[in-house]
Amino acid sequence: MNRTLLATAGIVGIAALVLTGCTTQADDGPVTITYTNFISNDGNEENLQAIVDAFEAENPDITVEVTTLPYGDYGTALQTDLAAGTVSDVFDIEYSNYAAYQANGVLAPLEVANPEAYRQSLLEAYSTDGTSYALPSSFSDVVLYYNADLFDAAGLEYPNSDWTWADEKAAAEALTDQAAGVWGDHQPISFYEYYKVLAQNGGQFLNDDKTAVAFNTPEGIEAAEWLVNKSGTVMPTIEQGQGTADFDTNLFKDGKLAMLHTGIWVFGSVADVPFNWDIAVEPGNTVQASAVFSNAVGVSATSEHIEAATKWAEFLTSSDVMVQTRLDAGWELPPISDEAQLATYLDKGKPANRQAVFDSLDGIALPPVVANGQTEMQDIIGEELVEAQAGRKTVEEALASAEERINAVIGG
Amino acid sequence: MSVSTLQTSLVDRSAPAPVRPVRRAGTRARYALTVLAFLLPSAIPLTLFVLGPMIAAAWVSLNEWNLIAPMRFVGLENFATLLSDPTTGEVFLHTVFYIVGYLPLVYLGGLALALALNTALKGRSFLRGVYFLPVVTSWIVVALVWRWLLNPSNGIVNSALAAVGIEGPGWWTDPLWAMPSIIIASAWKDLGFVMVILLAGLQAIDPDLYDAAKMDGAGWWRRLFSVTLPLLSPSTFFVLVISLINGFQVFDQVYAMTGGGPNGASEVVVQRIYDLTFRYGQAGEAAALSWMLFIVILAVTLVQVRGQRRWVNYG
Amino acid sequence: MGRRRLGWIALHVIVVLGAIAMFFPFLWTIITSISPGVGLTVTPALFPENPSLEAYARLFAERPFGRVILNSLGLAIATTLVQLVTSSTAAYAFSRLPFRGRGAVFAVYLATMMIPLQVLIVPLFVELKTFGLLNTYLGALLPTFASAFGIFLLRQAINQVPRELDEAATLDGAGHFRIFWTIVLPNIRPALATLTVFAFMGSWNSFLWPLVVLRKPELQTLPIALAGLQGQYTTEWDIIMAGSVVSILPMLALYIFAQKYVIQGVASSGIK
Repeated sequence: MNRTLLATAGIVGIAALVLTGCTTQADDGPVTITYTNFISNDGNEENLQAIVDAFEAENPDITVEVTTLPYGDYGTALQTDLAAGTVSDVFDIEYSNYAAYQANGVLAPLEVANPEAYRQSLLEAYSTDGTSYALPSSFSDVVLYYNADLFDAAGLEYPNSDWTWADEKAAAEALTDQAAGVWGDHQPISFYEYYKVLAQNGGQFLNDDKTAVAFNTPEGIEAAEWLVNKSGTVMPTIEQGQGTADFDTNLFKDGKLAMLHTGIWVFGSVADVPFNWDIAVEPGNTVQASAVFSNAVGVSATSEHIEAATKWAEFLTSSDVMVQTRLDAGWELPPISDEAQLATYLDKGKPANRQAVFDSLDGIALPPVVANGQTEMQDIIGEELVEAQAGRKTVEEALASAEERINAVIGG
Repeated sequence: MSVSTLQTSLVDRSAPAPVRPVRRAGTRARYALTVLAFLLPSAIPLTLFVLGPMIAAAWVSLNEWNLIAPMRFVGLENFATLLSDPTTGEVFLHTVFYIVGYLPLVYLGGLALALALNTALKGRSFLRGVYFLPVVTSWIVVALVWRWLLNPSNGIVNSALAAVGIEGPGWWTDPLWAMPSIIIASAWKDLGFVMVILLAGLQAIDPDLYDAAKMDGAGWWRRLFSVTLPLLSPSTFFVLVISLINGFQVFDQVYAMTGGGPNGASEVVVQRIYDLTFRYGQAGEAAALSWMLFIVILAVTLVQVRGQRRWVNYG
Repeated sequence: MGRRRLGWIALHVIVVLGAIAMFFPFLWTIITSISPGVGLTVTPALFPENPSLEAYARLFAERPFGRVILNSLGLAIATTLVQLVTSSTAAYAFSRLPFRGRGAVFAVYLATMMIPLQVLIVPLFVELKTFGLLNTYLGALLPTFASAFGIFLLRQAINQVPRELDEAATLDGAGHFRIFWTIVLPNIRPALATLTVFAFMGSWNSFLWPLVVLRKPELQTLPIALAGLQGQYTTEWDIIMAGSVVSILPMLALYIFAQKYVIQGVASSGIK
């Protein structure tokens, strides 16, 4: 008697499990998808929530559960999730990680309903063999900031989009007054600057099949020298603090730096300085090329709700609500193709020449990416360039050493 | 380095045999239950949440794994790769360099501090709190301040050295001086940690012993070497063992002070493990390196434990 | 006499000078936290031009910092209490309960400190996932329930408690639990107070494990929330430093409280 009762209870229990299992598997009922992000961290949580609310209003069957993580540790958390199979349906990625995730089958191929909405160069950055595996969610670029008062005092013409390295160098030398603690120029000596100046000099970082580096050439050496030789002549040395957190923007804000290469994300921080400043497209040498940093969202290949997840990913990256929210909040730039929608951005206050932000996009230099060894590659070139900057190696030695070390990592 | 040698050496032979229950079957079972009751609360979580993952890491070390794609069994290949990679030797060398510089500084400094603040100094409670501040201050802040103090061109340290006619080194910007910079900042930050442990040890010393020594006409130094240090030896042993175990796993301060630079000149073992796991997609190699580090720490701890009989004095 | 007096003064001078050096980075943290918009400067003005508590106000307004602090506090208190129990009982066994293989067991305990956490994170995460404990306080707590550091610290202290005291109690018919409770624990109060400080500190500052196991915003702990104050491209240092001050103060208070207790404890127990 007791046994039968237990058995019945057991069967009912199992049946219940099976039934609930079935309902969660079904695609036409209400679904909950998870989204893990870093893009809204540090101040844009409510703006992201506004986009989520608009999406849920439009798609009453889909609920989006958001998890926000600090940017600096997002990678660690995401790696842990991928290893344990607990990754969210939709998650943020950066361009530099895209190739690795795509090659390892982490990202689901996406059927994009409206690909025309996106700026084509950005959409293509996240496609492999013609298929989108992630959607760009925003972009920022790097421009040349300048202190107009310092230029006026020296009687020099302001930087403009026709400038080349030679113009920048001449102005930087004229404006540097080490005795007064005033420096002409600042450009970080790093992977992200080097691949860009390499492109500005007509060189390329990797060979065509991405199995070896291609920067150890006369153009590559000239590009590295362009960066390294600024140190100690028109730019402070490492010993003088160059390379420490916020050093460059503080120097600029103190009125002691004439030109600064940095991203448009510093607009807010320098808006209220007591001198006139503006921006220009970064000078190239033989080619104009600007660095673009973009974030994207991918859909997990193991997601049970790929369709709903793709819908959310597309809404998050191309809907009008997103465009308005981002522009109103000054939360990076939306990756859309329709520049008319971006018009309001041009009148949002300092700097005056916001057009340069879009003009920079005419020549995009995307970072070189490899499927295996991306981070190590970036670390190595950064380290070797700093060796040259510190004078412990010549530029030629540093690049030769970087070539050997990187090839060992990415070639294998 | 077998477990059995460690086992015999860990038994405190110096200690007198404690009172044991008479060995009858019933009492023996009860004694075993008593031992279990005292040990299980710690043994269960340690087994489940540390030893278990350690064994899992041992398995990972035999595989190639980028945390994304499935694991691929490669046998001892990760160990072979590590042994043939010059970086492995370098990161161990830098770590040992760190320990050799850090340990004497932090111990002697912490001891001096504990002795000074164990006297009838005015405001000693407040002063102890102040000396404990760096222990709780985050490495981000401490690193920024020390990089500023040790700034090669305008830092206070080099300015002071210049005043007495010495040209200061490049500190954290110079491959040779990067590790010494980290050592100085770490010792400074951890002084309070050592102080706290040694203060607790000093509190446990019977003041009557000092009075007796004083009556025998022993001066301050005599009392230090014949009363304080011998009776403080269990705490000293603890500090040394813990500092070595932690020293081999140094990471935060390197990350904050130099990031391992310039050009890897101050890169340490755990930084390499972190990079390999979460940045370079080589979790298998990272696990192998962790086990190599484990063996080294175990060996060094064993040597310390074997040596303790000669100098550690349990009441 | 004169020499002693000189030494006495020198001691004071050195200790006070050292204290100023120790205090400096904390002072610098406070100054940066009340200098809005200044950013990170290596030589902050000792008296900032426009001091303001704005950063503190924003810290609590923009983020659920009240909840975050409660989470951290709850986890730290739970960890500390559990560790006091697991450490003292294990330490008693390692000091007072001989059994075959005790040295080996103690060696295994110590060995748990010898492998870097970084490499255990992923296996631990997978394990807690199978237990269904991701995103739970229990999941964050379980791996901190026992600490070899604490066990070792207390074992050293118990080894210093004179065994004559146990023997006397045994003759009075006391069992191990009574000896543990009435003789050993009161005699190792300085060590227990020390462990309280370090166990609390370890939990309060722990970063990597809470980061991966506690993802829901309402479960977040202080170090993770503070890390969240740094953006992808920019960092507002005044808020970061305000957060640091908020995170330093409870530990400092605990230490000051604990060290007073250490001295009282020794004075009142009367056995040394």
